[in-house]
Amino acid sequence: MSAFMTRRQALMAGAAAVAAATLGQSTTPALAANNIDEMTKAFTGGAKPEAGKVKLDLPEIAENGNTVPITVSVESPMTDKDYVSDVIILADGNPNAGIATFHFTPASGVAEANTRIRLANTQNVVAIAKTNAGKFYTASKEVKVTIGGCGG
Amino acid sequence: MAASSVKPRIKLDKKEAKQGDLVEVKALVSHIMETGQRKSADGKVIPRKILNKFTCTVNGKEVFSADFEPAVSANPYIQFKFKATESGPVVLTWIDDDGSKIVGEDSIKVS
Repeated sequence: MSAFMTRRQALMAGAAAVAAATLGQSTTPALAANNIDEMTKAFTGGAKPEAGKVKLDLPEIAENGNTVPITVSVESPMTDKDYVSDVIILADGNPNAGIATFHFTPASGVAEANTRIRLANTQNVVAIAKTNAGKFYTASKEVKVTIGGCGG
Repeated sequence: MAASSVKPRIKLDKKEAKQGDLVEVKALVSHIMETGQRKSADGKVIPRKILNKFTCTVNGKEVFSADFEPAVSANPYIQFKFKATESGPVVLTWIDDDGSKIVGEDSIKVS
């Protein structure tokens, strides 16, 4: 078992090195070029969100970045004792990371909302959910944008 | 055109609901949602003007609200659900950067 793990770790290290090399050559400044880290920290207060529970529905390819439909839903019983209170939507390639924040209550019945957003270019869209107990869950999805939605 | 004269389009998926049913609300409102990133022909930045806050109350109680950033599309569309508990007006309010409000209203009957 340990031999297998070592091999896997070696493979992963190799893959990471390749990824780093590729990134080094890339000229796209989109990755973490905006205030997404600050916005995430402001929302979570420094806590690290767990992956899961959040479902992010976005098109793989958005032809028009001016209006990209997005649906976010979070698994939760939505009772007075256990509910999702806030969900923030962020993007790492827009001039500003913030897109929208949804505030739910137990009266929402279900933590699900849909809107339409602007994406300047191909980038990752991230949703972070906060429960009333102070737990954080996250999901992200890459959207390929054909025509950007922030130009003049 | 003053923002307050805009009439939002609101649709509930049902007019009458049983206690505990989920009611889906879809709303669309006309608004430029100017990002503050664009420049006019003479190179000046067009100042930001968006609807930055949305609230829905049912019979006076808040069931859902949202904060919008400039990355929300023009003519913002919002869809969400609430749990039917009591009959009453369903009031949707959008607040503009300039402080003006756009208000739309529907109602739900709970049996």
